[in-house]
Amino acid sequence: MNRLAASPYTVVLAMAVVVALLPLALHSTFYLRVATLVFIFSLVVVGLNLLMGFAGQVSLGHAGFFGIGAYAVAVGPASLGVPSWLALPAGAVLAGILAFVVGRPVLRLRGHYLAVATMGLGLLVAMVFNNEAAWTGGPDGMLVPHLSLFGWRVHGPLSWYWVSGVSLVIAAWIAVNVIASPTGRALRAIHDSEVAARVLGVDVARYKLIAFVLSAVYAAIAGSYYSLFDGLVTPEAAGFLRSIEFVTMAVLGGLGSIVGSIVGATVLVVLPQLLTVFQDYEHIVLGLVMIVVMVFLPAGIVPSLAGVLRRKSS
Amino acid sequence: MSMLTAQGISIGFGGVRALSDVTFEVEKAEIFAIIGPNGAGKTTLFNVISGLYDAQQGRVTLKGEDVTRLPAHALARRGLSRTFQNLQIFFRMTAAENVMVGRHLHERRNVIIHLFTLPSVLRQNRETRAKADELLRFVGIAELADRPAGTLPYGALRRLEIARALASEPEVLLLDEPAAGCNPVETAEIDELIQKIAATGVAVVLVEHDMKLVMKISRRIHVLDGGRSIAEGTADEIRSNPQVIAAYLGRHGQQEVARA
Repeated sequence: MNRLAASPYTVVLAMAVVVALLPLALHSTFYLRVATLVFIFSLVVVGLNLLMGFAGQVSLGHAGFFGIGAYAVAVGPASLGVPSWLALPAGAVLAGILAFVVGRPVLRLRGHYLAVATMGLGLLVAMVFNNEAAWTGGPDGMLVPHLSLFGWRVHGPLSWYWVSGVSLVIAAWIAVNVIASPTGRALRAIHDSEVAARVLGVDVARYKLIAFVLSAVYAAIAGSYYSLFDGLVTPEAAGFLRSIEFVTMAVLGGLGSIVGSIVGATVLVVLPQLLTVFQDYEHIVLGLVMIVVMVFLPAGIVPSLAGVLRRKSS
Repeated sequence: MSMLTAQGISIGFGGVRALSDVTFEVEKAEIFAIIGPNGAGKTTLFNVISGLYDAQQGRVTLKGEDVTRLPAHALARRGLSRTFQNLQIFFRMTAAENVMVGRHLHERRNVIIHLFTLPSVLRQNRETRAKADELLRFVGIAELADRPAGTLPYGALRRLEIARALASEPEVLLLDEPAAGCNPVETAEIDELIQKIAATGVAVVLVEHDMKLVMKISRRIHVLDGGRSIAEGTADEIRSNPQVIAAYLGRHGQQEVARA
């Protein structure tokens, strides 16, 4: 029983159950919309957590990859005649290639320097979307046509709830697979001691790149969902604040915890909705909540609470 | 054929010469110690041999092959492994997982397969885990396998580093002060462990402060002082070498004389 509870696959199974049953409790389209946004952002954060929480490398530019996914499903059908169902994976591949090419030189940097370099990447991508108005509609953005999958027109909150929910479960399953594999052990080793990982034969540059590319692909797929779901995409999708939001979700929920990624995304999507009762003071309260959480749960919500539970039980 | 040779290794940092023209060779299954006072360049030499620093001059060969300036992970692939004086443990992983990382080069490293955890990955994980358990038993900390490494006592971490280094099945093993910070009982156990490792055919290169340990188990001893080689020979030869006594042992001797 204990082993079952400790298995990371239990988490994936639990997620699948929650995704399957939640619509029974969510009666309005508003709630379905919020849940869908939670799933989409969780998708990004689960990927980002592979990079930040497991490999220990920061990125302040992941909105760039999110934006590439978001615009792929807009520009593809509008200007290139590529249907949405094809533009979506194409966007993911494009983001992966960009991450691969940029990651090689950039991931040699560490800490703050890596943060600034990835931030530059994100800003650059956002700038392209802002300036290439002929393709992207510039700052006003552009409309995104509906996605058709084998004749099924995916639109409306319930459809997107299922698409994003199922995708998230699959994404979490893949993340858990990676973590439990030799690749995952190499990533975690790099996080704790790069030098020891190297002398044990781990090609550090390669593994950092793997995590970077994987997280970029996650972000791009989520970006595509986001703009397809919304029906509109603007350069804000790739904006710097978005990148910060992703990192905040990962840190708040707990680096190195897949559940934490989802909790972090949930808190930052749901909390602003709840806090609308504070009207003008909404952002102040949100900021305070975040400060209080980080002060009292310094390892992030899920790892800190898990630590408390473990101490209590032993 | 020598397992490992260093030929005329020189390296400096910002004008300070850390190593000048250091040369030695190590045979299969022997325990070769490098000793010297603090700052003699022992750890720097290890860092050069294991590919963490690039020597400015000189050559390193492994099993006859020139490996100078190869990166550390490429050296590991050619059969070299090491431990660290200032422990480089993966603190957030369990003891067993630490050793499993050491199996990295013996595992299939196809990421696509890892994404989907095909049955082959599970089978391999089980094999790697079994090997890790075996190595933890070998160094005597099998019962700590599932503890997070960050919670292990110091002596256990020293053994864990050795188990992890052995996991890559090295032919040359560099041990950087494996008994540093250990009490006499632990030191004696580590000394036994090192002899057991050499007996399996591994060439062990040892940097150690504990003179008793070095003299007892090393077949040959190489003495560094101020980045230069000043002597090499058996324990008896080193003990009676006047230059060594002056440079290394003599300091303690003089202190003892002063105290008496």
